[in-house]
Amino acid sequence: MQDILIYDHARTPRGKGRPDGALHEIPAVQLLIQQLEAIRDRNTLDTALLDEVAIGIAQPVAEQGGVLPRAAVIGAGYDQSVAAIQLNRFCASGLDAINLVAGQIGTGMAQAGIGGGVESMSRVAFGTDAGAWTSDPRIAFGGYFAPQGIGADIIATIDGYSRADVDAYAAESQRRAARAWDEGRFAKSVVPVRDLLGEIILARDEAIRPGTTREDLAKLKPAFAGLADAGYGRIAQERYRQIEALDHVHTGGNSSGIVDGAATVLLGNAEFGARSGLKPRARIRSWASIGSEPTIMLTAPADVGRKALASAGMAVTDIDLFELNEAFASMVLRFMNIMNVDHDRINVNGGAIAMGHPLGATGAMILGTALDELERSGKSTAMVLLCAANGLGSATIIERV
Amino acid sequence: MKHMHLQFGNDGVATLTLERDGGSVNIICDDFMNDLGGALDIVAQRQDCPGLVVRSAKAGFLAGADLTMLAAEFPAMTARRGYEISQRISGLLRRLETLGIPSVAIVDGAALGGGLELALACTRRLASENAVLGLPEVNLGLLPAAGGTQRLPRMIGAKNALDLLLVGKTVDANKAAGLGIVDEIVSAEDSQDVAKRWLLARPAPEQPWDRKGYRPPEARGLVLPEVALSYSLAAAGVAGKSGHRQPAPVAILSCVFEGMQLPFDRALQIESKYFGRLLSGKVAQNIVATTFLARQAALKGARRPHGHERRTVGRLGVVGAGMMGAGIAQLAATAGIEVVLVDRTSALAERGKAYSARSMDKLIERGRMTRDKADALLGRIAPTDDFAQLSACELVVEAVFEDAAVKADTIRKVEVVTGADTIYASNTSTLPIGGLAQASIRPDRLIGLHFFSPAERMELVEVIRGAQTSDATLAASLDFLSQLRKTPIVVKDGRGFYTSRVVQFFINEGAAMVGEGIAPARIENAARSIGFPVGPLALLDEVTIDLPVTIHDQAQSQESDIAEPAGLPTLRRMQELNRHGRSSGRGFYDYPEDGPKHLWHGLSQAFALAGQQPDDAEIERRLLYAQSLEAVRCREGGILETDEDGDLGSVFGWGFPAWTGGALRFIETEGVARFVTNAKELARRHGSRFEPTARLVERAKSAA
Repeated sequence: MQDILIYDHARTPRGKGRPDGALHEIPAVQLLIQQLEAIRDRNTLDTALLDEVAIGIAQPVAEQGGVLPRAAVIGAGYDQSVAAIQLNRFCASGLDAINLVAGQIGTGMAQAGIGGGVESMSRVAFGTDAGAWTSDPRIAFGGYFAPQGIGADIIATIDGYSRADVDAYAAESQRRAARAWDEGRFAKSVVPVRDLLGEIILARDEAIRPGTTREDLAKLKPAFAGLADAGYGRIAQERYRQIEALDHVHTGGNSSGIVDGAATVLLGNAEFGARSGLKPRARIRSWASIGSEPTIMLTAPADVGRKALASAGMAVTDIDLFELNEAFASMVLRFMNIMNVDHDRINVNGGAIAMGHPLGATGAMILGTALDELERSGKSTAMVLLCAANGLGSATIIERV
Repeated sequence: MKHMHLQFGNDGVATLTLERDGGSVNIICDDFMNDLGGALDIVAQRQDCPGLVVRSAKAGFLAGADLTMLAAEFPAMTARRGYEISQRISGLLRRLETLGIPSVAIVDGAALGGGLELALACTRRLASENAVLGLPEVNLGLLPAAGGTQRLPRMIGAKNALDLLLVGKTVDANKAAGLGIVDEIVSAEDSQDVAKRWLLARPAPEQPWDRKGYRPPEARGLVLPEVALSYSLAAAGVAGKSGHRQPAPVAILSCVFEGMQLPFDRALQIESKYFGRLLSGKVAQNIVATTFLARQAALKGARRPHGHERRTVGRLGVVGAGMMGAGIAQLAATAGIEVVLVDRTSALAERGKAYSARSMDKLIERGRMTRDKADALLGRIAPTDDFAQLSACELVVEAVFEDAAVKADTIRKVEVVTGADTIYASNTSTLPIGGLAQASIRPDRLIGLHFFSPAERMELVEVIRGAQTSDATLAASLDFLSQLRKTPIVVKDGRGFYTSRVVQFFINEGAAMVGEGIAPARIENAARSIGFPVGPLALLDEVTIDLPVTIHDQAQSQESDIAEPAGLPTLRRMQELNRHGRSSGRGFYDYPEDGPKHLWHGLSQAFALAGQQPDDAEIERRLLYAQSLEAVRCREGGILETDEDGDLGSVFGWGFPAWTGGALRFIETEGVARFVTNAKELARRHGSRFEPTARLVERAKSAA
């Protein structure tokens, strides 16, 4: 297997995923085009050297359908020979896109490519790509489908995370994200988004709420109690019989935010770097994907992390830094507990609870965040993980070179 | 034609009048379908026929399919055969719908199931004020298989249709008109004229789905997020309400979901295919067999001894005006029976009547009773403290405190004043009739009528025939229950009879599992998951934790060789902890004033949780098998004389899940061989109460 090297990473700042969000007027394809342009321009890249642009999109329908990455490749003025593919593993899509390109490079089938993700949640609303798993009665009923928020509350209930626990985690995520911005820790990767006039429309993560305290968070109403009453509560109990009543600890404040954004990661073998005059920043050691219990659908990270570690021949203690997507506070707490990972080693610059989770883009964003942080702190290895809907999950281990 | 006749008026209009040969209502049987096909052939051949009126000459329009006919095929039923059965009737209605002439259904009285589906296949529906319309198939574990899941949502929208289809509830004419199921409310006298006038105006005969360019309402399916969300929530609603043991509700939802995306005939095929899956499954067969066929048979007197003249009770005595006595008095008064309601003091007797007055007020409030009727009903209840008032009663129901001495005393007091012919029915749930008979001077006239609480709502009555109870007494008692429209089972005398004896095994098993350190929520959720209305611990709290202990202690004081039931130590420990159940405010649950009840947090200290919790399936199995095996012992020991009594008693008596068909039929549902294997394994692990009987083991061998 060839070395799979990471040469660069770029991401948009995340805009609030609503009509008054800064990025709402920017079509999803344009978010990606600007990122592709940035990766090309700042690396003076000959795009003809790229074999693949693989982009994760969790709602690959409407303006995000039709193999959006190909439209973006052409729109960005890349060489027409560059192949493009969109792929979907729900929230893990962006990381899986990177893993797909990694596989092509590792096996020698490709020299170089871009993996990434894009999602305009303000324009393609959550639920636009519903599918059989949530909505075909035979499948949804037979599969004990419940929305992720219910799964988050199941974890809190059976693992015993209180409202105070999850709010404390959320407040810390906000604090870390604000500090990271203040200290410019994202500066290397964030490429501002420009509007039709060519002016910057967003340069900083928009959803973040610096100064959020536990007390502020404690005032928020449980977000998923109503869904439990609609029938999902009983479904949870069918699967988890030890639950007498769900403890609805999750709110808008300790769950990931709805945002717009895009991210790209430039990958290639050593020869590509040499030809392009680029210095590799890290290598990909291993990656993995698994399925886990679909009703909670948030418990994959520990197992997928172990699988990636095994492939790399590493132990948990060999990882300096963990970047686990903060879908909900409880699933991060559970991962920390099971894997015996101290809070100092995980999501050190905050996460989706503070900055938002642009579904298909997040995996690529947090891989870049981990890479920047390794470089900033002089550490070596990082593991990037996401749980994804219906019990899926993916992980990637990177190591600085 | 046997079950209908066809006439053509001078105006050419055809009138198809449904009039079943025999029986009080029209139902869809094999001959009915042949007749309908023949009638449609004739109408189709008439050149000059402007339209067709479909009506009934019976009480009601059409009550749905002949379930006896369907049930006859159960043993050999396949999904394909079920599909064909559905396609046959569905095809006939489709033919009616596409005859090329308009049709009008005149609904007077009940149009249920296939009856409503026939009406829906007509171009227009007229209904009289007293019409009742609905698709109750879901309650039988089935689905409307003659277009009901397709026409209704296309006519009134998926959401409104699902409200009816998933609950199986009926609506009256006005509600139906509001929903768009009925086009016009017309009196029965005028309906024929109104129908003809409409037909003679030559309206378009095609339904919207047969017009050119028609697109199925949800042709775009899940492309529309709001459609996706509504079905997602509907699936959750089904899971939340019905759980996962009943295939019918989700099949109905699927019929609507899938059918609304398809052209009409393809949609009808999908409906038939789902029907075939349900009809060939054990759940629907169990529900039909027990909750419909066995229940109907019981209501029609399956257990009534032959050769005794039918009797009616004109005047009933009720002794004991507590909740049970008051409920029985109300029931009887509702059935038009004069009631003498006796208690120790007139104040207590009055209080019993006041119970009914309150029930009436509630019914009036909800618009389900008129003041006049309520007053007449209450006028039939005469409260008194004077036992002599019972002298003219043909039957006396005693509902006093469950204590042998109190009951014996009551027997003596009543028999002094009643005639030699009067039947004395003790509403006892556990005390053997033979024991009570010792206090009686007319033991042949003594019988047990075990009503369930609340008597006015629970439809089962367990009739206990003592060793000396005469056939005439049994027959007359069943006649009385028939007046009350109660479903009777007849069992032999013995401690706990049938229902109280077997339900003990439900609560005992729950208590035993708590004692073993199984998480209480797992036990309660397991019971709910398999379809019990409440978990064993919640039920224990309701009946009090003391009750099963007292019953055991009493039994042991009388017969010393009584085995200690599983879970008894748990119950004694709860008593020591001063937790006696809901009435005392604390039991397995806590009952906070400001919120819903919840399992007592101290349980995990009182009964240390086991580190290794059993599989969910094991907990479920213990709850079901413990009861089924005791039911088998009742059957083999002669307490039960028929399987049907055992199944009906379990389903309607204490809420044994209907999908199993009942405590005995559940064994066939599992498969006898599998049941015996599992029972043996449970016996090895948890004790001899799970040991299958020798006869069961034999049956398993011959089944294998």
